Amino acid sequence: MKVCFFHLMPYRFLPDDFEQRYRSVWVDVPHSLFDPEKAGRLYHEFLDELEFAEQAGFDGLCVNEHHNNAYGLMPSPNLMAAALTRRTSRAAIVVLGNSLAAYNPPLRVAEEFAMLDLLSQGRLVAGFPVGTSMDMNFAYGIDPATLRARYYEAHDLVMQAWTRPEVFAFNGRYTQVRYVNIWPQPLQKPHPPVWIPGGGSVETWEWTAKLDYVYCYLSYYGYKRGKATMDGFWEAIARLGADDNPYRAGFLQLVCVADTDAEAERLYFEHVHYFYQKCLNVWEGFAEAPGYRTVKTLLTGTKPQVGSLARKIRQSLTWPTYLESGYVIAGSPATVRQQLTECIRSLRVGHLMVLLQIGSMPKDLVLHNTRLFAREVMPHVRDLWPGYKDRWWPSGAPAGNGP
Amino acid sequence: MRPEGRTVPIRSGAVAFRVLAAGHGAPLVYFHSIHEREGWSPFLERLANRYAVHAPLHPGVGGSTGVETLEDVFDLTLAYEELLDALGIDAAHLVGHFFGGMAAAELAALFPERARRLVLVSPLGLWRDDAPSEDLLILPADELPAVLWRDPGSEAAHRWAAPPESDEEKEAALIDSIARRSAIAKFIWPIPDKGLRKRLHRVQAPTLLLWGDADRANPVVYAEEWQRRIKGAALKLLPGGHMLIHESPDATARLVEEFLS
Repeated sequence: MKVCFFHLMPYRFLPDDFEQRYRSVWVDVPHSLFDPEKAGRLYHEFLDELEFAEQAGFDGLCVNEHHNNAYGLMPSPNLMAAALTRRTSRAAIVVLGNSLAAYNPPLRVAEEFAMLDLLSQGRLVAGFPVGTSMDMNFAYGIDPATLRARYYEAHDLVMQAWTRPEVFAFNGRYTQVRYVNIWPQPLQKPHPPVWIPGGGSVETWEWTAKLDYVYCYLSYYGYKRGKATMDGFWEAIARLGADDNPYRAGFLQLVCVADTDAEAERLYFEHVHYFYQKCLNVWEGFAEAPGYRTVKTLLTGTKPQVGSLARKIRQSLTWPTYLESGYVIAGSPATVRQQLTECIRSLRVGHLMVLLQIGSMPKDLVLHNTRLFAREVMPHVRDLWPGYKDRWWPSGAPAGNGP
Repeated sequence: MRPEGRTVPIRSGAVAFRVLAAGHGAPLVYFHSIHEREGWSPFLERLANRYAVHAPLHPGVGGSTGVETLEDVFDLTLAYEELLDALGIDAAHLVGHFFGGMAAAELAALFPERARRLVLVSPLGLWRDDAPSEDLLILPADELPAVLWRDPGSEAAHRWAAPPESDEEKEAALIDSIARRSAIAKFIWPIPDKGLRKRLHRVQAPTLLLWGDADRANPVVYAEEWQRRIKGAALKLLPGGHMLIHESPDATARLVEEFLS
């Protein structure tokens, strides 16, 4: 079992009445709310937290990409990953990832990931998300109807740039390059492990399974709601006749650990509330550009994570509601151990990602949560999935990064 | 009058248009807008009394297929020109609303000999930073009526906004709406300025611009832009909103007929 520490890098200082006054935390959130002085300090706080997670024994550190977003201050996760390569030495650097269609040419991703793989001495996990509709269609202006085609083509270009021995020409529908020849090349051969963060698209399950990549469901709504999506992925795997190795899957879960259940509510409620109330407050018009998901996926009935669904969820305001629905696993070490084990087993997940910095949580509390999780919870889930080999772990990161 | 529907393939079937047709007379091709759920309307009904009306649905919308094979607005315009061949039409009156107006204007600019007369109802296709047209592709259902209709409380607006009765029909209507907007988005995302302003001087057909004076989706200031670029274009400003031709189908159809005859 691998356990990774995931960071979204949220802006922690949105006004109390944010969700009443502004329609969206994403896309058109006014940057008059952004204080650069505070944000400059936040980046260092967040990097401290990530570095602390390695010392505490986490196997991997995860960063991701968002644009025009007050809960994700990482338009370039690669910059954060580069900073991490200098102060860490054991943990996998999991970049989840670079939204391929946003890069022109997408070779930029092949180059920067190669640099990160070298800087980290082979600890890079290369994540290739399609990117959310808010990021890709609204913040970056990419036409929803061609986003996926651009993504698939960019993926092919990057993989060829990493694996083909010769200088070659790439004549794509969206990218034409006469001389593909990236310097530097990645350290890991044939290429860094590839993880695909997805939001429940049928096409992504099948494509990921076919290419033998890791599928990661980055949900903010917990393992109970996540089950349908992960079941869909495992069914796609079964249809293709691949093995059911749990390391094919990753899942993000929000977790809060305290000495007692009551203490967890006292310490964490306001920050969890900040996350669901403010950070998921996305205007319905931005939740999904027309064509972002294919009709085939629409027919499966999965709803986007933001927009009207999130609005409904915001009406459930109490701590017990967050817990009962499984959005957040929180409580004493015993409570968290029991539920997290259920999460891992029911979703069949070999790469667990936990979000321990949630919403407005300040650094001292994040370190407390991280310390307790690493000491009281992590050792108890480590030995789940014995007998399975993790073929998707970077070769430069030791398996089982013990404290 | 029920329109006759048929499928007209071009490019060996790579693109196939669902074309609704009714009436006799000089050929008139109508290009739909984003929020016309039905391919047929009282406005077209009225025009079909005098003209042979052909209303092709855009590729990807309501039974027309092949949008994934089209690269951009240029490609779409070529497809429409090929459709005219397939329909056996040399030249026709071209009429379009909003996105449909953009499609009609593109066709008239690229192939001036195909357009006899051009009628553009609140057309899309130009852009002004100081007066952006509404992002109609993404407005949630509860915010749309106030933008589309001069009087969202009118009977026509109510009829338009009324959701289907059963859950299955609702779900199907939602997917249909997403598919329609997705297909059109391909040609106008993220800003509907795809070079038409550089081509409009090529339009030779006498042109009529129709605009509702209370158009909240596509501000009337754009009418000046169109008039500046198409020499001699006439403008009729009518009491109405963006859905002018559905708010006042008789009055608008009468104006169109007067202009065409």
